[in-house]
Amino acid sequence: MSADSGITAAVATPTRLEILAQAVTAALPGKLTPVANHTGELTYEVPADELKAVAQVLREASALKFEMCMDVCGVDYLSHGRDEWTTETATSSGFSRGVARGAQRAGALPPGRRFAVVYHLLSLSLNQRLRLRVFCADDAAPMVDSVTDIWAAANWFEREAFDLFGILFKGHPDLRRLLTDYGFIGHPFRKDFPLSGNVEVRYDPEKGRVVYQPVSIDPRVLVPKVIRHDNRYDPALTNAPVHTTSLTNSDG
Amino acid sequence: MAEIRNYTMNFGPQHPAAHGVLRLVLEMDGEVIQKADPHVGLLHRATEKLAESKPFNQSIGYMDRLDYVSMMCNEHAYVMAIEKLLGLEPPLRAQYIRVMFDEITRILNHLMWLGAHAIDIGAMTVFLYCFREREDLMDCYEAVSGTRMHATYYRPGGVYRDLPELMPQYPYSQWRSKKEVDRLNTRRSGGLLDFIADFTKRFPANVDQYETLLTDNRIWKQRTVNIGVVSPERAMQLGFSGPMLRGSGIEWDLRKKQPYDVYDKLDFDIPVGRNGDCYDRYLVRVEELRQSNRIIEQCVAWLKANPGPVMIDDRKVRPPRREEMKGDMESLIHHFKLMTEGYCVPAGEVYAAVEAPKGELGVYLVSDGANKPYRLKVRPPGFAHLASLDEMVRGHMLADVVAVIGTQDIVFGEIDR
Repeated sequence: MSADSGITAAVATPTRLEILAQAVTAALPGKLTPVANHTGELTYEVPADELKAVAQVLREASALKFEMCMDVCGVDYLSHGRDEWTTETATSSGFSRGVARGAQRAGALPPGRRFAVVYHLLSLSLNQRLRLRVFCADDAAPMVDSVTDIWAAANWFEREAFDLFGILFKGHPDLRRLLTDYGFIGHPFRKDFPLSGNVEVRYDPEKGRVVYQPVSIDPRVLVPKVIRHDNRYDPALTNAPVHTTSLTNSDG
Repeated sequence: MAEIRNYTMNFGPQHPAAHGVLRLVLEMDGEVIQKADPHVGLLHRATEKLAESKPFNQSIGYMDRLDYVSMMCNEHAYVMAIEKLLGLEPPLRAQYIRVMFDEITRILNHLMWLGAHAIDIGAMTVFLYCFREREDLMDCYEAVSGTRMHATYYRPGGVYRDLPELMPQYPYSQWRSKKEVDRLNTRRSGGLLDFIADFTKRFPANVDQYETLLTDNRIWKQRTVNIGVVSPERAMQLGFSGPMLRGSGIEWDLRKKQPYDVYDKLDFDIPVGRNGDCYDRYLVRVEELRQSNRIIEQCVAWLKANPGPVMIDDRKVRPPRREEMKGDMESLIHHFKLMTEGYCVPAGEVYAAVEAPKGELGVYLVSDGANKPYRLKVRPPGFAHLASLDEMVRGHMLADVVAVIGTQDIVFGEIDR
């Protein structure tokens, strides 16, 4: 996206995205926080205690009409924005592969910003999409309200988020594990759950059955996670628009 | 009088009609389903977690293995998500190639579905006919990528390479008669586009053949009409997409409504059902076979007339060609960095959805500016469909469960991920 297109969009007639943003603000004043995004999509953050009321309005209001909930998923922001390999200081300290093995570099995450549930809504009648994000207040026992009675489709998606992230959905009719094994311990998609898992199974010929045992593989990092500050994508240097209202690609 | 009570029956996971590894716990009253509880996850490979540990390009191959009967469509959603974050636009020729292969994939998927659905409810022959055509399409996959199924052909910024000028020929062997080999090789005497053009000419007659066997078949209708009826309102509530939504009478197709790549330049129709039963969904999918054929015809015509690049010329994303790499230091460095570290994607999040053969396949990608995805979430269409199985089969007979599983076009690669 060039700087020019951003400027022309700002003076032209409002795009569909801007119309939707205005409709959301009009229907839910002060409840949603827009999140800046450069990909031409609308994202809002909702306080956890207002989720159900907001969802109801988003489904019913005539300018919004999000009849469908396409996706619900959990996100664990534990190591967001933290790399495993220092690149900036590499010239002075030498090129040793300073990979922070296992756990990623420690850093302070403000409480209540670790687990989020992300909803992708779709309106068939108005052909528009919206993303909602709810942060769970309690990092130890994350919980949000279930939206199954607003969108029935959320049922299994919430079960999956519970299974993989341990996020509890208050009011869910049947919050069981979905994807992991019967009797599985832990929530595998959390960032502090090792990729190789904790247990492995094998057939024990003496016992004549399959047994669980601690994993025998060492965790290793094949390609360290690196964050490079690329000038081409730096909004300060390119004047590229980052605010949601100046986006041009609205039909996407 | 004997006491009659409900009993629980286990269906699968090793059952030919379970389409892979579905385990259903059915609560039955005689032969009538009271409640169906699908147990999934037997094929869970944590694809999304694996993708978090690898540079972006190394996960393209995993996408093929999600819905393993519509491979390239999954890749398409994934590379589209990366492209949106990077702000790339692939060359026009690459977009046409992708659309053409998406539609080839749709035919592949629908043929697999048709054959499996038919054999599940008792029509053996269709299965054999469908696999005959699938063979030709898998040869297209092989010609372009070297593999018949898991192609890993799409890349952020285009496709891996241009379409081959020559189709590979079958060698003479003891497994096929000389006449048969000659017949196969006559079709493969030109390039890939000639082969596909020849296929599109033959294919409508093949669809007629399937329809002769099924559409007015009394047994087929008895097994599918008024089975698994879903009203349009419920279909939206349950998050249906693709033929499952259109079978219920809702005109919604991302290729028309939110066109990506070059779908807005192509001429095709969207079939819509009326009753929302298994039979209507069958009709919708069969018509989609014909429409996909039309799209492929148009793509072939365009691709024959317009040669050009199939990959963007951005050294920070596309690895340099081998000959460049051998003679140019800069290219060697780029190659080394791209192969060992990959490219970094600007921080942000994106949801890219394609109209996969089964419905809306979405990829939600969160990037924190690193060379690996921070979080990847695949929104599989079949997941929402299978979640509604309980509602769809309640009150039906046991044999209808098989028809409903068939009509949902379940593939566990994408549901379990």
